[in-house]
Amino acid sequence: MTQSVALTINGRRREDTVEPRLLLVHYLREVAGLTGTHIACDTSQCGACTVLIDGEAVKSCSVFAVQAAGRSVTTIEGLAEDGTLHPVQQAFWSEHGLQCGFCTPGFIMAAAYLLKQNPSPTDDEIERGLEGNLCRCTGYANIKKAVRSASNAMNGGSAEVTGQATSVTAASVEAR
Amino acid sequence: MAVTSMIGARIQRREDPKLITGHGNFIDDVNLVNMAHMSVVRSPHAHARIRSIDTSRALASKGVVAVLVAADFKGVILGALPVTNSFVADKKQVPDQFPIAAEEAAYQGEPVAVVIADDRYAADDAAQLVDVDYEPLPAVMDLEKAMAPGSPLVKSDRPDNIGWDAAFPAGDIDAVFAEADFVLKERITQQRMFPTAMETRGCVADYIPYDNRCTLWTSTQVPHFIRLFVGGALGVPESQFRVVSHDVGGGFGAKLRPYPEEYLATAASKICERPVKWIEDRTESLQATTQGRGQIFDVEIAANRDGTLLGLKFTQLLDIGAYHGVFSAFQVVACLLGGGCYEWKAINARSIGVFTNRMSTDPYRGAGRPEATHLVERMVDMVAREIGMDPAEVRRKNFVKEFPFTNNFGLVYDSGDYAKSMDRAMANIDYPALRKRQEELRAKGRYTGIGFSTYVEICGLGPSSATAPAAGIALVESSMVRVHPAGSVTVSVGTHSHGQSHETTFAQIVADTLGVPYDSVEIRHGDTGDTPFGYGTYGSRSLAVGGMAIMQSCHKVVEKAKKLAAHAFEASEDDIVVDQGRYFVRGNPAEAKVLAELAFASYGAGLPEGMEHGLEAVSYFDPPNFVWPFGCHICAVEVDPETGSVTIDRYVAVDDCGNVINPMVVDGQLHGGIAQGISQALFEEVQYDDETGQMLNGTMLDYMVPTMAEMPLFELDRTVTPSPTNELGVKGIGEAGTIASSIAVINAITDALAPFGIKHVEMPARPDRLWSLIKEARG
Amino acid sequence: MITAPFEYARPGSVDEAQSLLNKFGADAKVIAGGQSLIPLMRLRLSTPTALIDIQGIPGLNQVRRDNGTVEVGALMRHVDIQRNAVLKETLPMLVEMANDVGDNQVRNLGTIGGVIAHGDAAGDYNALALMLDAEIVTNQGTHAARDFYRDIFTTTLAHDEVVTAIRFPVSTGRFAYTKFRRRLYDWAIAGVAVQETGSTWRVGYVNLARTPRRGAAVEQALAGGASAADAAAQCQSDIDPTGDVRATAEYKRHLTQVLTARTLEKATMAA
Repeated sequence: MTQSVALTINGRRREDTVEPRLLLVHYLREVAGLTGTHIACDTSQCGACTVLIDGEAVKSCSVFAVQAAGRSVTTIEGLAEDGTLHPVQQAFWSEHGLQCGFCTPGFIMAAAYLLKQNPSPTDDEIERGLEGNLCRCTGYANIKKAVRSASNAMNGGSAEVTGQATSVTAASVEAR
Repeated sequence: MAVTSMIGARIQRREDPKLITGHGNFIDDVNLVNMAHMSVVRSPHAHARIRSIDTSRALASKGVVAVLVAADFKGVILGALPVTNSFVADKKQVPDQFPIAAEEAAYQGEPVAVVIADDRYAADDAAQLVDVDYEPLPAVMDLEKAMAPGSPLVKSDRPDNIGWDAAFPAGDIDAVFAEADFVLKERITQQRMFPTAMETRGCVADYIPYDNRCTLWTSTQVPHFIRLFVGGALGVPESQFRVVSHDVGGGFGAKLRPYPEEYLATAASKICERPVKWIEDRTESLQATTQGRGQIFDVEIAANRDGTLLGLKFTQLLDIGAYHGVFSAFQVVACLLGGGCYEWKAINARSIGVFTNRMSTDPYRGAGRPEATHLVERMVDMVAREIGMDPAEVRRKNFVKEFPFTNNFGLVYDSGDYAKSMDRAMANIDYPALRKRQEELRAKGRYTGIGFSTYVEICGLGPSSATAPAAGIALVESSMVRVHPAGSVTVSVGTHSHGQSHETTFAQIVADTLGVPYDSVEIRHGDTGDTPFGYGTYGSRSLAVGGMAIMQSCHKVVEKAKKLAAHAFEASEDDIVVDQGRYFVRGNPAEAKVLAELAFASYGAGLPEGMEHGLEAVSYFDPPNFVWPFGCHICAVEVDPETGSVTIDRYVAVDDCGNVINPMVVDGQLHGGIAQGISQALFEEVQYDDETGQMLNGTMLDYMVPTMAEMPLFELDRTVTPSPTNELGVKGIGEAGTIASSIAVINAITDALAPFGIKHVEMPARPDRLWSLIKEARG
Repeated sequence: MITAPFEYARPGSVDEAQSLLNKFGADAKVIAGGQSLIPLMRLRLSTPTALIDIQGIPGLNQVRRDNGTVEVGALMRHVDIQRNAVLKETLPMLVEMANDVGDNQVRNLGTIGGVIAHGDAAGDYNALALMLDAEIVTNQGTHAARDFYRDIFTTTLAHDEVVTAIRFPVSTGRFAYTKFRRRLYDWAIAGVAVQETGSTWRVGYVNLARTPRRGAAVEQALAGGASAADAAAQCQSDIDPTGDVRATAEYKRHLTQVLTARTLEKATMAA
C-alpha cells in the first residue's frame, strides 16, 4: 500500500515511495532528512510544522505527503538564499524573537508568508497573520517586534532595531 | 578588576543562527542506525485494576520487535522512581512508583505496556492492538473528599490518601488574631496547569550489550540528575552512562525529573539490543507530563483599621496526583513565602499533600512562589477594600524596609527596595490618571479595574546550609574553564540552558572575567560526558549559582596566569597588574602579555618550579544564601459585564533582579514569564470529569494556550538593587514574571467588579465564570 | 500521532470520485483540504479505509454569479473566498466569515465544500447556508440547506455523493457576524450572523446546537417590528446549546441573546 510521490523541496526535485498516511512533516523530516520543521501538537493548533506549499503557508502535520505531489515545498532550510538570511530570520535574531527556538521555524515561515501577502502589516494584522502559531517562551512580544522590523527592512527602511550588534565584541553597555 | 564591557551589554544571541535556519538539534532530530521506536500503551482510566494484558495481536503486527509489560521490566529496572524531600522531609507516606503499572493503574495516562517496533508508524499501529482488560475502580478526584476517613483510595495498597501534613508555625498566631481589628477569610484556588513546553518530551536510548555502557539522549533540564537515577536503576555506573541533551524546546519545570519513559526506553534498548527512540505526542504529553499548581488555599488575614497587617493563617491543600512527583513537596515553599514582602507579627501555615487519581504535580514555572504571591496579594487587596484605603498605600505601609531582613520563618531577604519599584510602576502607568479615568468610566457603566502585585521571590537554589535538611543534598553548581594553548576558552557547566541564553550570557561573564574576546569563549552544557556534575537549570538558579561557579573558575585561571606572567617578566606576583586581560608589571603597561600568550606558555617548557602544565580550573559554587528578586506589576483591565470578557488595557512591570548581564535576555525572560501568569489568570486549566477522572481538555484544541492576539503590550522597566549574596550582584529572572503576573490580573478584575460587591475571582477568569459572579451579585 | 492506514486515490472527475467511493465502500471518505479530517484521523477518532482526494478535479474552484444566485465551487478555499471580488460584492458575509476561519495555514488548505460536507455546527458557513436558504449542489442533485443538517456531523449526503458547489442567493443587504471565542483562532463558543434580505432579516447561529440553527423566532420578532433587544430576547427557542470545557450551557444561552442584540445593532448601524 505504498505510492510514488514526486515533488520539489527547496528547489530540488525528488521522488519517493511512501505510505499514503505519511504526513508531509514526517516525509520532510524522516525521508528528506530536513529536521528543521518541527511537530508540537497533534491537532493543527501550534503551527510549529509550518512550511510553504507553492508559496502558501500550511501546517505540514495536517497534510499527507501524497497530497503535496507535484507541488513545490519550501522549508525553513530553504528560506535563506546563498548564505544570506531572509529578513525575517535576521529580524528574529536581532529582536530576540526566540528563546528555546522550537516554535521558531514555524513562526518564521508563517511570518515570511504574511509579509509576502502584506508587506506592511499593522499590529492587528500581525496578530491575525500569526494566530496559527503558538510560542511558550517569548510571550510573543519580541516576535511581533521582529515581524515589524522585518517589514521595515523589506520595505527598504532601516530595520529599526535597538542596539543591533552583530559584531558582538563592539557591543556597548545599555544605558538605562 | 577589568573595566566591564560585556556584562550588561545587549548582544544578540549566539544560540540563534542554527535555530532560525532549521539546524537545531532537538530530541526528535537524533537518529541512530538500526533504531527502533517505542509507543506507550497508557491506561485510559483514572483508576483501574489491570486484570490481564494480551499482547498477541500486537506482537503479530507488522514491524513489531517486542511488546513489554511490567513483568518484563522487573528485573531490568531496579527500584522505584525517586522522590526528594523538598520542603517536607517527613512525609506520611512515599509509595513506590515503578515506571510501568503492573496490577493497578492510578492515573489516566499511566504506562501499562510498551511496543517496540521498526518505525513509529508500526509502533503506533501495534499499540492499538494491545488488549488490556481493565476493571475500573472509583476515581478519587476531590481533595477534601479524598482526605475524609473512609474515602476510596487512590491506590488500594495505601492506608489513606494523605502524602504529608506539615505545620509551619511562626509566632503566636492566636494572640495576634485576638488583638486585630478585623479578620478576613477567603478560599483561593490554584488550578492545575499544563506546562506546555513547545517541544514535548522524548528520548533515544542506546544500550551497548556486553559492555554495560549506555548513552541516553533526552529532552531535559537536568542531564546529570537523569544520569544519577536512570543509570542507577539500570545498574550502569555513571562513568559508563552518558546523558546527552542537545537543544531543548522549553521545560518550565516539566523536564526536571527522570520520567518513566526514560527508564522504559533505556531498559527496552537493553532488552531488545537496539537503540530505542520514544517521542511523546502532544495528546500523550497532556496526560503523561507533570502538571503544575493544583492547590487550594484557605486563608485568613488579621489586620487593623489603619492598614497595619498583623497575622496570616492559611492551609495549603496540594493535589499530589497519584504518586509523588520527584519534587512534589517543593510547592510547599508557598507556606514559607506566604508573607510576601510585608512584615507580620505571626504567620501560621499548614500544608497537606493529598493523593488523587491524576498525573503527578511537580514544579511549574515559579513553583510555589506564584501561589504565595497570589494568596498574600489577594488578601492585602481585600484588606484595602475593607478599610477603604488605596491598595498601594496598604502595601507601602507594611513593606519590609530594612535589609537584610529575616522573615518569620528565618529566611533572609538579601536586598530590596520595594517602595522604589512600586513608585516606578505607579509613575509609569500614571496611577492617579488611571484611577480618575476609572471613576469617569464607572459613571458611564463601564467596569475598569487596576490590580497590583508587589512580590518578592526566593531563587538561586540553593545554599547547602538550607538544602542540607533535604537528605543532605547540596544544590551547588559547577564549572570547568579550560584555556587552550592558542587562547580560546572552553567552559563546561553543570547547568543546562533550554531557552535561557546561557551560551551568550555565560560567555559575557567569561569574556569580562578573563579579559578575552567574547568570540573566543565556547560554553558547553547538556552532555554529562564532558561537563562536571551539576543539578541543572530550574528555580532561576543558573546565573546566581552556575554563573558564580564560572566566575570562580575564571578567578582561579587568572590567579595562575598571574603566576605565569610574573615568571615571564621575572617579577614578583604582587607586582603583576591585570587589566582587561592584559598582564603587565606595575608601571610598565606597554610591555604586556595577553591571556592567550600566557596560556601558550602554560603548555610549554620552562614553567615556574613546581607548577603543573595547562591553564584550567574546576569550581563548585555553594551560595551563602538564596537570592531575592522583587518588583511591582500593575495591570489595568476592562470587564464587559454582559459577556464576562476581560480586556487587558495596560500591563506595567518594574522588576529588580540585581545586576543585569544582558538586558535583552532579561526582558525576554520577563515577557514569557508574564505571559504564562496572565494565561493562568485568564485561560488555562486542566479540566477533569469529577466522577470518572477523565481529562476533558486533553488536546491543544481544548487546552487554552493563548496566541499572540490575547497578549497585551508588556511595558517593562527595572530598578537595580545588586544582590550582596554573590560577587556578580545578580539574582534570578526566569520565573519572576510568572510569580508576579497572575495576581496582578486577578486583582484588576476584582477591582473592576467592585461596584457589584464582588470580592474575589478565581482563576481562570473565564467569561462564563465572571458572568455568573456578576449575575449572582446582581441578584 | 499517526493515522490508521488507508488507501488513497486522486480522481480526475466527479464521476470517477463517485465510482471510487463505491469501489472502496462505506468507510471511504472524500478529502479536500483535510483541515478537519486529518486532525481527527491523527487522534484515530476517524479511521477511513480510503481517502478520495478531490483536489485535482477541475472546475470545482470557481464562483459563478447567475440571476440572483452566486454559486461557490466546493474546492474554493477559505483564502480564495477571502480574496474573491465577486463574493465581496455578492455575498460579503461569506467573505467576512472566511476571514475568521482557523488561521492563515488552515485557510490556505480548507475548503467551503469540506465545511459543508462535514456538517459541523461550529462550521461558520453552515449557519450561513441555512439562514440564507442556500442549496448544496452535488454530483447527484441538490439539497436544500434547510433540510440538509440532520444531526451532529450528520447531513443528508449519500455515501457516494460529492459536494460540488454551494448556491447562495445574492445577499448584499446589511449584515454582521460575531464570532465569540476566547482565543483568536478558536471555533466559536457562540456565533451569531445577521443578514438583511430585502425588507426582512435572516439570523443564523453557529455552534449553539447539534446542528447549525436558524434564528426563526428572532427573525419573526424583527419582522413584527421588534427592537434589536426585544427580538434578541426571542433567541432561546432557536438554540439548544450544551455545556462544554469552554462555557456552561446557561452562559451560552445568555451570551447568545447579548450577541444577537449587539450583532443586529452593529448591522443596522453599518448602514
